[in-house]
Amino acid sequence: MTKNMNDLREELIRMSGCKPSKCMSCGKCSATCPAYSEMEYHPHQFAGMIQRGEIEPLLESESIYRCLTCFACVDRCPRDVQPAKLIEAVRLVAIREQGKNRLKADQVPGMLDNDIPQQAIVSAFRKYSK
Amino acid sequence: MQRIGVFVCWCGSNIAATVDVKAVSEALLKEPGVVFSTDYQYMCSQAGQNMIIDAVKEHNLTGIVVCSCSPRMHEATFRKTAKAAGLNPYMVEIANIREQCSWVHKDMQTGTEKAIILGKAAVAKVNLNAPLTPGESSVTKRALVIGGGIAGIQTALDIAEAGFEVDIVEKQPTIGGKMAQLDKTFPTLDCAACILTPKMVDVAQNEKIRIFSYSEVEAVSGFVGNYDVKIKRKARYVKEDICTGCGACVDKCPMKKVPNEFNLGMDNRRAIYIPFAQAVPKVATIDPNTCNMLKNGKCGVCAKICTAGAIDYKQQDEIVQEKYGAIVVATGFNPISMEKFDEFAYNQSKDVITSLEFERLTNAAGPTQGKLLRPSDNVHPHTIVFVQCVGSRCSACAEKGKEYCSKICCMYTAKHAMLVRDKYPDTDVYVFYIDVRTPGKAFDEFQRRAVEEYGVKYVKGMVGKVSPEGNKLKVQASDLLNNKQINIDADLVVLAAAIEPDKSARPLATMLTASMDTNDFFTEAHPKLRPVESPTAGVFLSGACQGPKDIPETVSQASAAAVKVVGLLAKDKLTGNPCIASSNELMCNGCSSCERVCPYGAITYVDKEFRMPNRTTKIRRVAQVNSAVCQGCGACTVACPSGAMDLRGFTSAQIMAEVDAICK
Amino acid sequence: MNVSYFPGCTLKNKAKDLDLYARKCAEVLGVNLEEIEEWQCCGGVFTTSTDEVATKLSSVRALKEAQKKSQPLVTVCSACHNVIKQTNHAMATNEGFANKVNRYMAEDAYDGSTQVLHYLELLRDVVGFDKIKEKVVNPLKGQKIAAYYGCLLLRPNGVMKMDDPENPKIMEDFIRAIGAEPVYYAYRNECCGGYVTMESPELAKKSSNRVIECAKNGGAEKIVTACPLCRYNLMKSGSDVEIIYFTELLAEALGVKEACND
Repeated sequence: MTKNMNDLREELIRMSGCKPSKCMSCGKCSATCPAYSEMEYHPHQFAGMIQRGEIEPLLESESIYRCLTCFACVDRCPRDVQPAKLIEAVRLVAIREQGKNRLKADQVPGMLDNDIPQQAIVSAFRKYSK
Repeated sequence: MQRIGVFVCWCGSNIAATVDVKAVSEALLKEPGVVFSTDYQYMCSQAGQNMIIDAVKEHNLTGIVVCSCSPRMHEATFRKTAKAAGLNPYMVEIANIREQCSWVHKDMQTGTEKAIILGKAAVAKVNLNAPLTPGESSVTKRALVIGGGIAGIQTALDIAEAGFEVDIVEKQPTIGGKMAQLDKTFPTLDCAACILTPKMVDVAQNEKIRIFSYSEVEAVSGFVGNYDVKIKRKARYVKEDICTGCGACVDKCPMKKVPNEFNLGMDNRRAIYIPFAQAVPKVATIDPNTCNMLKNGKCGVCAKICTAGAIDYKQQDEIVQEKYGAIVVATGFNPISMEKFDEFAYNQSKDVITSLEFERLTNAAGPTQGKLLRPSDNVHPHTIVFVQCVGSRCSACAEKGKEYCSKICCMYTAKHAMLVRDKYPDTDVYVFYIDVRTPGKAFDEFQRRAVEEYGVKYVKGMVGKVSPEGNKLKVQASDLLNNKQINIDADLVVLAAAIEPDKSARPLATMLTASMDTNDFFTEAHPKLRPVESPTAGVFLSGACQGPKDIPETVSQASAAAVKVVGLLAKDKLTGNPCIASSNELMCNGCSSCERVCPYGAITYVDKEFRMPNRTTKIRRVAQVNSAVCQGCGACTVACPSGAMDLRGFTSAQIMAEVDAICK
Repeated sequence: MNVSYFPGCTLKNKAKDLDLYARKCAEVLGVNLEEIEEWQCCGGVFTTSTDEVATKLSSVRALKEAQKKSQPLVTVCSACHNVIKQTNHAMATNEGFANKVNRYMAEDAYDGSTQVLHYLELLRDVVGFDKIKEKVVNPLKGQKIAAYYGCLLLRPNGVMKMDDPENPKIMEDFIRAIGAEPVYYAYRNECCGGYVTMESPELAKKSSNRVIECAKNGGAEKIVTACPLCRYNLMKSGSDVEIIYFTELLAEALGVKEACND
């Protein structure tokens, strides 16, 4: 199990192009994260947990679907850790597994109203489904 | 033919663990010229050195190869050993089989192979070594200190105390530096001015010390013991020797709206000004950029008011030339610009300030006479947020922050927070930190007092954003220990800005040929063992120009630098480096390439008569090296197209022999 | 001046007026927007993972079309702009990625050399706000307007490079150019909730409310945006403040708004 998690950590580092080991746990990313209150694990925790190989809880967490990819954490991080990209990598690992699509086409009509822009629908598909 | 002895050092297990020292010793015994070879556990020890001395005598050795650590470490040691054995010290060569071999290789076979190759190269070189004798040069018994902050002041006082003359060059109109701007000092909370200004007066009254204030170093030439320095004394439009510092001119100057640098622009000064009451020298200075008289000839009030007749609108910059034996760099630091940190709204709100600005706000001689009032509306702030590590430990963007820890911020922030709570118990004070770093005598106790006795609220986590809204500053931050986001409505936000070397340091380093690191801090000759010397002989380092430092550390280093200077100035003669350039006049074609590249001005050309075939003569222009000035850098040997220029101790023949030995 | 134009799918549907006003104003300002033929949806968001290739192809194809005409590629929608600009940056700086992508291209390889401009940048850098000021026939005097940047225009700053990400001014300068008064407020560069509105309308509502409250506290009467999704989220929060596309305000100031609606 431990070995698997180490492999997965390397995979996440490769996919995201980020170096979680650079994180010095200052919490600046989480300080202004607009989705903070909806997240079980916060941006700075992603860096630390991926670094330690504690990836399972992240894969199972709703937090990976709450990130807005607003890049505030990416721009404000003093260490260039880019938490949003790490979160995206974890989410992709989760939804790329067969049958694990977060958003299914038949759910969509129920989510729509008259005004919702196409942009929201395609974005959600890109973020939640593979 | 030389008779060479080879001595292979184990360096305990440092070398012996990855290099088969016996095999090296045996292999090198087969090299041409080698008549003796051995190995020993610690060649640098007394026993090891005696082993070398005995071998020289017993085997009539003429040259020595020591296979050991870097020559930077023990070359001098083994040269002394050679001398003790009656050999010329320059008949010793070091093969570096530790740093360049055993420490970088993992397996014994590779390590041993390489050690043998390095040893062969050293043997090949010694075969061509010739005894060298260093020349001597005189010492100008006066020191130059560049920078008049607490570092420069302490260094100058200590050098003067030892009986040598010393000049301070300070670019501001007064000495005192950053410390003069501080309010209290940690960890004892004594007032900065109370302990600094007496020292400034000592400097002014010391007969051995001259102050060139409002001056800058313009050019440096020469070498250790014999520097020629041009100093630009900027026109202050006031005769320094006549001005009594009475301040009447300042009071009457009609140009009242000039941002006051000393208070970091938080209030105004006049166009003619004395930076602060205890300035040294206490002399007025006219700012040519804002003085109406100097700009368009309209005013002249100060000249009319000055009873001493000290005002001189026609004054010009003046260059003075001085000779020095030693130069001390004490150029200090500055907080970095907060321009690129707009997540903290420094450019958007007057109530977001740096820690140095905070010092002025709490200083009795500051813009608010020491009352803590917010800059925007002069109201007493009730909630104050201190943010640590602003731009320190930042590796994301080199244009924005610095990768290093600025070292002083944790302590001064604790001081600020404590002083606020002490004087204004009605304020709520937060300190946001990543780590609290307080190594130092009585430092951690000091920071804990801020928490335990003064109720400062320390929160582990960084501030992400400061947003001015109405008359509040909305602070969003992480509280990592409680795993929550927190929002504070603050009245004042204080940023602990990273510090960086003064901008004058880089061009100065070029003038001095002193080395710097990537952050523009001066590098020391050895990070542990020679911390106050620059690798350039005769140049010494004092204070924050070498790295972030607090006052106690700066003063220690300043005194240490002074001791090194005194050690140099106490000598009547300096032994030079015999490994200097020399020109073979028969091969020199007079092209001047060497003269152009020489950074020390050591090469001159002369017309010389040479004998030609058939009893004729010819006058040719040839290069000559001044052996007292040449530092042996070797630039000329590379530039010389005819191969006439050679470096003693590192001749082209020697280097080619080494290369051949490695390649064969 | 001729530029390539990528309208994007939302501007063909729910945000038709954003497109319409942009085209009309460009005409007035002497810029010809040449719509790229057979453009495909940009995908709405840039997938940051380095191994995502297919999701970026539509952007690369649009960039290649612009390159063939030696024109900058202009977008109005913040999302399209963000996706295309980030993709362009990846093509220019990540050789491995570019090689993979180019295997899907019909003709010559694309190297990331097309200039990507947001319509606001077109106004600032190509037309010039001074020129716009001259062309304004109906200055929006006395209107207090808050610019809402959101995240897509500014971040990641290392790639977008439109303005200072923490203290931008391009939209405020635009507001001044059309005669109105900009309102500065702290949340102008914070997220509205974005696509999460699909799954969690509450989260989006919370984020959007913060933005609107903050703008209102600053005295804003209107909020302008360049992004249909921002506009949707802000409007959903149910505030009485008018949320309006910047192109509509521009059309109004240039006196062509009526013509667009005919």
